[in-house]
Formats: sequence, structure tokens, C-alpha cells
Amino acid sequence: MIEYVNHRSNPGIDPTLHLWGWEIPVYLFVGGLVAGLMILSGYHILRQQWDDERTRGHYVTAPLLSLALLTVGMVALFLDLGNKFYVWRLYLTFEVTSPMSWGSWILLLVYPVLVASALLTLPESLPRLARTFPILGRTARALSARPGFAHATGFGNIVLGVLLGIYTGVLLSTLAARPLWNSALLGPLFLLSGLSTGAALLHLLSHLHPRPDRDDGAFTDAVISAMVHWLRPPDATGQGQRKLEHADNSFLTVELVLIALYLIGLLSSAAAHQQAVGLLFSGPWAWTFWIGVIGLGILLPLALQFMQAERWIRSTIVPALLVLAGGFLLRVIIVYAGQESHWFMAAQ
Amino acid sequence: MNSVSRRRFLKISLGSLAVAGASGGAVAALGRRRDASGTTEIRTIPTFCDICFWKCGAIASVRDGKLWKIEGNPLDPLSRGRLCPRGSGGIGAHFDNDRLRSPLIRVRERGEEVWKEVTWDEALDYIAERMQRIKAEHGPESMALFSHGIGGNFLKHTLRAYGSPNSAAPSFAQCRGPRDTGFELTFGDGLGSPERTDIENARCLVLIGSHLGENMHNTQVQEFATAVDRGASIIVADPRFSVAASKAKHYLPIRPGTDIALLLAWMNVLVTEELYDADYVAEHGHGFDEFAASIAEFTPEWAAPHTDLSAESIRETAREMARYRPATLVHPGRRVNWYGDDAQRSRAIALLNALLGSWGRKGGFYTPSIYPVPDYPYPPYPKVARDKVDNPGKRYPFANDAITTGIREATLTGEPYPIKGWMVYATNLLQALPSQEETIKAIQKLDLLVVIDVVPSEIAGWADVVLPECTYLERFEDLHVGPFKHPFIGIRQPVVDAPHDQKPNWWIAKRLAEKLGLGHYYPWDDIEDYLRFRIEDGGLDYEELKAKGILIGEDEPLYFEDGVPAEFDTPSGKIEFYSEQLAEAGFDPVPRYTPPDEGPPGSFRLLFGRSPVHTFSRTQTNPLLMDVMNENVLWLNHGVAKQMGLRSGDRVTLRNADGVATGPLPVKATNRIRHDCVYMVHGFGTTARGLTRAFGRGASTARMVTRYKTDPLMGGTAVNVNFVTLEKEA
Amino acid sequence: MRHAMVIDTRLCVGCMNCVVACKTENDVPDGFCRDWITETVRGAFPHVRLEIRSERCNHCANPPCVYCCPTGASHQTEGGIVAVSKEKCIGCKACMAACPYDARFPHPDGYASKCTFCSHRVAVGDDPACVSVCPTHCMHFGDLDDPSSEVSRLLVSRAHYTLLPEAGTRPHLFFLT
Repeated sequence: MIEYVNHRSNPGIDPTLHLWGWEIPVYLFVGGLVAGLMILSGYHILRQQWDDERTRGHYVTAPLLSLALLTVGMVALFLDLGNKFYVWRLYLTFEVTSPMSWGSWILLLVYPVLVASALLTLPESLPRLARTFPILGRTARALSARPGFAHATGFGNIVLGVLLGIYTGVLLSTLAARPLWNSALLGPLFLLSGLSTGAALLHLLSHLHPRPDRDDGAFTDAVISAMVHWLRPPDATGQGQRKLEHADNSFLTVELVLIALYLIGLLSSAAAHQQAVGLLFSGPWAWTFWIGVIGLGILLPLALQFMQAERWIRSTIVPALLVLAGGFLLRVIIVYAGQESHWFMAAQ
Repeated sequence: MNSVSRRRFLKISLGSLAVAGASGGAVAALGRRRDASGTTEIRTIPTFCDICFWKCGAIASVRDGKLWKIEGNPLDPLSRGRLCPRGSGGIGAHFDNDRLRSPLIRVRERGEEVWKEVTWDEALDYIAERMQRIKAEHGPESMALFSHGIGGNFLKHTLRAYGSPNSAAPSFAQCRGPRDTGFELTFGDGLGSPERTDIENARCLVLIGSHLGENMHNTQVQEFATAVDRGASIIVADPRFSVAASKAKHYLPIRPGTDIALLLAWMNVLVTEELYDADYVAEHGHGFDEFAASIAEFTPEWAAPHTDLSAESIRETAREMARYRPATLVHPGRRVNWYGDDAQRSRAIALLNALLGSWGRKGGFYTPSIYPVPDYPYPPYPKVARDKVDNPGKRYPFANDAITTGIREATLTGEPYPIKGWMVYATNLLQALPSQEETIKAIQKLDLLVVIDVVPSEIAGWADVVLPECTYLERFEDLHVGPFKHPFIGIRQPVVDAPHDQKPNWWIAKRLAEKLGLGHYYPWDDIEDYLRFRIEDGGLDYEELKAKGILIGEDEPLYFEDGVPAEFDTPSGKIEFYSEQLAEAGFDPVPRYTPPDEGPPGSFRLLFGRSPVHTFSRTQTNPLLMDVMNENVLWLNHGVAKQMGLRSGDRVTLRNADGVATGPLPVKATNRIRHDCVYMVHGFGTTARGLTRAFGRGASTARMVTRYKTDPLMGGTAVNVNFVTLEKEA
Repeated sequence: MRHAMVIDTRLCVGCMNCVVACKTENDVPDGFCRDWITETVRGAFPHVRLEIRSERCNHCANPPCVYCCPTGASHQTEGGIVAVSKEKCIGCKACMAACPYDARFPHPDGYASKCTFCSHRVAVGDDPACVSVCPTHCMHFGDLDDPSSEVSRLLVSRAHYTLLPEAGTRPHLFFLT
């Protein structure tokens, strides 16, 4: 048996790393979610697919929603910084080996694309705003009239969405010291999780606010109708919703496969990685992981959405909520357990 | 018969060397420079350290007027330019928020730690008035001083001028006394401080419970590392696998309290296998045949069941020692008040060294020399009417220094005469003396308790008057002239100003003498007048000393083989293998083994020692040192911990056989200790509320020492005789 | 020039003077340290081995902390010292998460802090503070590219190891056994 004593006790570092609190999982979750939304709405812009009365409006609000969500994520990220007022330093350099540098530049590109997408769909998404400020409406119409611009925007959404989604995972996987993160699958996994949560969010919105494109303009009316809808969901699931359910199930299935590959990869790697992945098989994180992420966050919504799509049960918001919660929990566990994982555990 | 003591001899012969010594290296530690940026000014001031009693030469740096760091003075033969962690962290003492800031007079019951702030005049008037009353009612001998370290010199002078001979330091009866007695009985001379151990040249080093490296006596640790590096064979006997044990070729996991059995068996092997230094013993020894006869029965086979060691390992290590003699050093240890027969155990260590021929030999015990600096010509002290109070009727016939616990006992009983006033300088008696209960009872008998300290220690909490001293970084001190391999003089000088109304000990002692009407005992106005006088009277350059911090004298021979006369200040003039004076006083003339007491079932013998980053209970408020270690832990055998359901980090309270508790403190479940004892670092678990960093941190060994055994030879109080049980914190 | 530190574990007693001296030399804030002591105990009583190490940033030749820094605040200087420009550091903490030795810490002022090999001392030819104060002389500092330097000679003549070689960082801290 080996006794190991370390007389260091640096706050944030010892006894196990706990540098990153809620801010980072929130940012990673939101980043993935926005990545998912961008890809879905990019696809929508390019193909005008999956439209129906219930879902169309949500695609057109997705860019605006993404802007808001991403800003929440950026605020969380900003709150985590130790030297907040030096944040501009990120844009004085490009560090080719640093995923965080890549990420900050990707985010710099994401914003204009989201703004462009939002402008493109503005007359539909916020008709009152477009009427109040006619210049916005005119710009939007001028832009939509140029198919090349719409095409580029759609394409940009997809490309940047993929980059954003993958980067949130790569960010962690390149931090060599934490074996739980040392898997290239973390990027694709976070991308797929982003897609599934993105689809779930659209699905959720389509349920809560069935007709966002109706030009009634009254906020209270929208809230009341949403509450009515919540209490008494529509009898039939719309075409678009079913497509979202199908898409979400595909994403969740691939995500499940990626998680399995991720675990297998670590389990079949060096001792440090085996010990690190052990954090997901026993101890406090194991329960949250297997029940929270795998059971409630993936398997249950998979089953529910399958049954909904097959019209065996009535469509509810439950699977969408579960997917979103599962996606968030995945980031929390990976960030927290990852910080606990360490090369020294195996070396000693 | 009695020869001139080696040290006195040197003092006479060295007089002519003083001038030669002063013209040594021209390195000036005193300086002023700018850093690379050119904007920061750095001043360096040489001084010597006071975080422990080793008094290493140091150079403090002040950056833009603020104390920055302190490093070893390369000229200093003790530190050799490198301090220990306590020394490096010493500047924390200056920044300590818990420091005493102004004189305090008690306003509530003793021990309640409620004070009013007063001026120095009020405080000293109060003390002087009480002291005069004690003198009038009981005689001046009824005032006693407890002190630790060089800083007590001037207070001792004031007390002698006042008329009391009673001053004592825990460093004798609670620490190194038994060992000095044991060696004096054998070789006619003690070990001194720093010990005259030639560790760096030892080819075989034997440590018995001595944990060098954890016990951070700078020069010794440096020499220990040198010995390890040179591949010296190291033998460690300790119930705990100490740091030193980890460097050892042979580790003997001895049962606590059975060291004499091991020592006797070792000597038995050396004698029966004729491995000892026969020429040396024949030339310098006295009573060898009687000695040999009386240890004949103590074979390794006899010792094995007592010590829990194998006979083979005892035999093998004895042969190992013989292989490298006379450069085999059986280290005498430092704090050796363990089991009550400590002077005899130390004598056994001395005898083992004598068999190996290491006393006076290279790699064994060298002969130290002292720089001959004249004393200040004070007026003669008043004649003392009554003998020292601490050892009435020579009850402890071989005590050669004052016994603190003897003064405490006289305070309690009033015999042979009452002690009515205590002055306590820089020693926290509640942690230093055994049985806090007896100390507190004695305090309640006093008319006056004055505590002079830097921080509000536990003993300060019981004082009538507390006087805040400035730290060593803020004061001049008496000269440091110690016995060592190389004769030298060290000076302490202020590096920064005291932050509040703290004063140096010399000022306090001088002002108090003046208030007592004894001002003529301080013919000098300022401490620098005193220091300059002593240095210049010795024919040296005071400014050079201030600039360098250290003056080095010319080296004297260190070993018999270099021409040191082999003289032994014993009754026989030889190394006393058999001691008639012990026999005459009714003690064993050759050490004998008595099995240690067993503890109650389910209890563990409490052992304790030192951390390299703390000194006694004095440094637990130092922010730098507390940052490195702010709590002690309880070492518990790993297997035993498992059985008890305890894991490292679990917190336990200790309770001793008298039901006294301390803690809680965290368990360290470890494979580095025997199953029958527990170990922790001394000095934690303070009850002084003013020590905000230390209060309630860890456990106090002193609280657990409700029982102690007194060494019949010299009055040392043995403290490793307490047993504790562990209670897991809910 | 490649600065390196060679530490003799046979001599180290774990006294922590390196830790204390670093704190004063470099004004390391209360509660933090840039170097530290570890103890590894192998075996069961009484057949025990204890190894004590003075550890700090390994000033890796292949430093993950530098690679992940998004602003270039973490960098390698001439001579291979891994350093942080605190005026460029945004406090994202990626470097701390990337260091397999946990050698960095978040300074209360917001930036990443760590051992600098006392570059301010090395620049004027002094040893780092920890090396210069060690009472056991167990630490040595010097240039690996100079075959006559003490560190080079020690590494040629003595068995040694680095920490976590499997992390691929190529440390410049060597431990003699």
C-alpha cells in the first residue's frame, strides 16, 4: 500500500481541482444548445424544411433566441474570469494551439451570422418590431431578395454551429492533465448533445407557444394562450413536431453511441484514464450520470418520443424537458468529475 | 586529580587570537542597493535569528522600508549561509497581528485574560513596588526568573542585582539536562549547545529517538545531510519511522521505553566480541572490568523480547558501529526527558560512545572553543543569603543547573523558603513544564507574576503584568558567543522599528533595575555602549562586527589526534565506565534496565516531537509558519486505525489516564509508527484566546502530561509516561 | 540554455524551507504556495520506504499550460522557463486545469500564478530562492545544455526520474534517487 501526503493546499487546486463552478457548465450547455439551434435553423434557412403552422415560427425566432442564450452563456463565462477587465486581450492574438482562442474567434463570427439570420427572419419573427422600425423590415426584405445572402447565412449557421458545438468539447479534451477529458469524442459528443437539446428546445417552444407567428401582438394574450395550451395540449401532434421528435431521437441515439464509445475509449486506455472514468462508475457522480444523464436524459425521452411519434401516447413537453435537463447535467458531470480526475491518482 | 575544564583552558589560551580573528574575510552583510529596476531600494542588515535557541547568523532584507526576507549569513559557521524554515519564516513574527502592543495590567481573575493597557512607567512601577514588598516580606530570593534563550541575560542580571539567585530555564530539567548529566558523569563534560557532535565527519551515525530533520537544529541537519550524502551508515532506533529513519541503513522499530535494554545489549556485543576500542579504553577508561562484568548478562537474546527487536538486528548493528569506530557517533539527542531514568540512559549512550572511542575523536565528539570576549565589568552582586531554591539539600545530586520544576515545587510548598514572585521571559511555562495543574496552583500562590513576551501566550494569560517585547528583528541583544567548532561572535541588531509600544529586553531589564533603585548596575546608557565596550575591550572592531554580523576567531584543534589534551573532569580523571560517585550516592554505577510501565488496555503511549517549521509553542501565531503548518496531526498505526474504523483526516479527541482531554485533531493513519504508541508534534492546541491563528488548532501534548516521572539523578521531568485513548469526533 | 533543477531525494528531509523562502522572496499571498513537499510511503511497518520531494512547476519543455493559453500570457522564455505575463492573463484558468502537476494557482488578484524559477534571481546569476536556502543542499540549479554544469553532471552520474513522464510534458525538474 502507498501513502501519499501532499503538503500543498492551494485554494482552488487542492485537495482536488475545483476551479470551475456553475459558470462553465452553464456556458458549455448554452454553447451546445446554440450550436444545435444554429444547425437546425441553418438547415431550415437552406431547405425550408419541417415547416408547419406550429413549428415554423420557432425556426424563425431561433436566431434571436440564440443571440439571447449565447449572451447568457457569455455572461457566465465572463463571470468566471479572474481578470475580467483584460478580456479584450483575447482579441489581440490568435493562439493556434489554444481551443479557447479558437472559441473566442468562433464566437466573434457567430454573433454577426446570428444577427444576419435574425434580420433575415425579422418580419416573421417580430412583425411588430419590423413595423415600428420600417428600416428593419426594408433591410430584411432586401436581404431575403438576395438568395446568395440567405444561402450564405444558412450555410454559415451550419458551419459555425458545428464548430461551436465541437469546440465546447475540444476545449476540455485538450486540457491534458484531466484524464476524464482526454477523449477526442468529447467534441462530437457535445455537438450531438447540443443538437438534441436544440431540437428539444424548439419542440418545447412549439408546445408552449403554439402560434408564435400569429400577429396578435399582445404579450398577455400570448402568455394566457401558452398557459391554456400547457393545461390542454392539442389533440394531434403537428407534422413539424413529429419531425423534430424524429430528429431528436436520431440525435439522442447517436449521442448514446458516442457516450458508449467515450467510456470504452477511456476504459481501454492508460491507468489514469481508467481511474478517471471510474468516477462515472462509482462514487457520487455515478448515480447522477447513469440515472440522470443516461436514464432520464436520454433513454426515457427516447422511448417517450418514439411512442409520441408513433402516436401511442399523447405528445407532451416531458421528453423535451428531460433532454434539456440531461444535456445540462452531462456538462455539469463532465466539468466537475473531470476536475477531480488526475494523473497522480494512477501514478501513486 | 581534577583537571582544568577543557573550556576554561581554551578561554585562557585564546586571548592572543582575538586580533587575528578580526582580520578575516571582508564581506559586509550590511548594505544598501537598488534592484534591477532601479526604483526599489533594498537594505540588508546582519543579525542573528531568535526563532529557536540555535542563534544562526542571518541577513535581513528591507525593501522600500518594508521587511522583506531573511537569509543565512554566509560568514556564520552555524548557518553557513542557510537558515532553517523557521528562520526563513522569522519575519512573520514582525507582521503577526496577535502581537502584544502595550504593557497590560490584569483587572480580573488570573487566567481570565482581561487587562487594562498601561504605560511602561505604570507597569514597571507596579512591578517594582511588588518586588520591593516581596523583598521586604520574604527576602529577595523569593523572586524567581524563568527564561529561555539569550534574551533573558539582562533580566537575569537585574534579578541578581536585586538579590535573587533563582533563575531557571526549561531547557535543563525539561529537555537536555539528563543527557548533560549522563555525559558529565562519564566524560566529565557535557555536550553544550550547539552539541559538540561531529556529525559531518561521522562514518556511522546512531540516532536513538532523535529525529534530525524534523528536529530542525540547523547545523546538525546540514551536517546530517552531508553525512548521508557521503554514504555514512545510519542506524535509527525509534518507535516511529522518522525522516531520519528513511535515510538509515538500519531501522530498529524499538518498543518505547526500552532503549537502555538495547544500549546494554549493544555494549554487550562490543565487549564480548571484543569489538570495542581496546587501546582507547585502556588509556582513558576507569573501571572497565566492573563495567564489563555488570553488562555480561545483557545479551542481544536477553534484550530481544524487551525491545521487540530481533537479537540478530541488535548484533548486526553493534558490529556495524564497531566497523566505523572511532568515527561512529551515537548521538546524545536533545530533548531526552522521556521515562524517568533518562540520565542513566544518556550515560549508557556516553558509555557506548566510550567503547567506540568516539569522544574527542574525528567523526565523534569534537572539543569546542569559545571566542574570548570579556564580560562587562559590573559591580559585584549582593551576597545571597539563601541557597538556590530549586534543589534543596542536593536532593538531585547530579543536577548541574537550576531545575524549573524545583522552583515550582518551592512555590507550591513554601519549602525550603517561599517563592512569591515569578518573572517569566519568552517561555510558555504552561506548555514547557509537565502538569499544567501544578503550574496553575503554584501561580495562585504568587504575589506577582510578570510575563515578558512577544505574543499573548498561555502563560501571559495568568500574569498580573504583561510586558510586550519587540521581536528579535527590532532589537539589539547581548553578544552571541557560543562554544563551537569555530570560535565566533555574533551580533543581533534591529532591522526594522517595533510597530507599537514594544520594548527590547535590555531596556526592560535596565528600566526595572532603575525603578528598583539598582540603576548603578547598568553603568551604560544604551545597549550599544555595552556592546561596543565588550567588543573593543576584547581588542576588536565594533563597526566591523556590525557590518559583518559575525567575527570569526582562529580555529583551535578539535580532536585528540590533533593535539587536544585528553582530559576528563571526572573524579578519576578518566572516562568512568564504572562510576564510584554514582555508587556512593546510591545509584547504579553502571546503567541498568527497568521495564517501562504498561498503559491501560486500549490505550496508546503518547510520544511527541518537533516539526521543522515550529519552535515549541512559540511560533503558532507566525503567519508564514502557520501557513505551512497550522495544526498537528495524530500519527496512528495504519493497521490499528483500520481496526478502530479510523481513517486519515478523521478527527479524534485524546483522553489520558486522568481523564483530561485535548483536541480534536486529525488522524494520520500511517505505516510509519508502531501499534502501541501514537505521536504528535508538540506546541499546538493552545488555550490562549489572544492567539487567534492558533487558538483551538490541533491538540496540546502539554495538557496530556498530567503525570511525569522525576529523574532521581538530576531532577529532570520525564513526560513520555502518559497514555491516551482516542475518541472519534461525532 | 535550458534551466533545470535537480533534487536529491536522498538528502531532502522535507523541512519546507524551500516553501517558506519562496513565499517571502516572491510575496506569495497568504494561504498559497508556489512550491511544496510531498511524501510517499511504501511498504508496511516496519519495512517502510519514505521518499520526500520538494516540488514546483516542472518548467516543461512541452508545456500544456502554454498551449492552452488563449492570450499568450503563458509562455516559455529564453532558457525554457515557463512564465505568466500577469498583464496579459484574463484568469480563464485553462492553464491550471491543463497542468498535470497542479503547479499553478489562481492568484487572489485574478491571474494565474506559479513558480518562476526565480527568474529575477537567475537573471543576475543567483540560484532560485528555494535552492539557495536548502539546509540539506539537496537542490541544484543550472543549465542542461552545459555539460560541465552541476545539474548535467548529476544527471549523468546518478539515477533519476521526472514526475508523470507519461503525461508527455518533458519536465525540467529531475529527482535523484
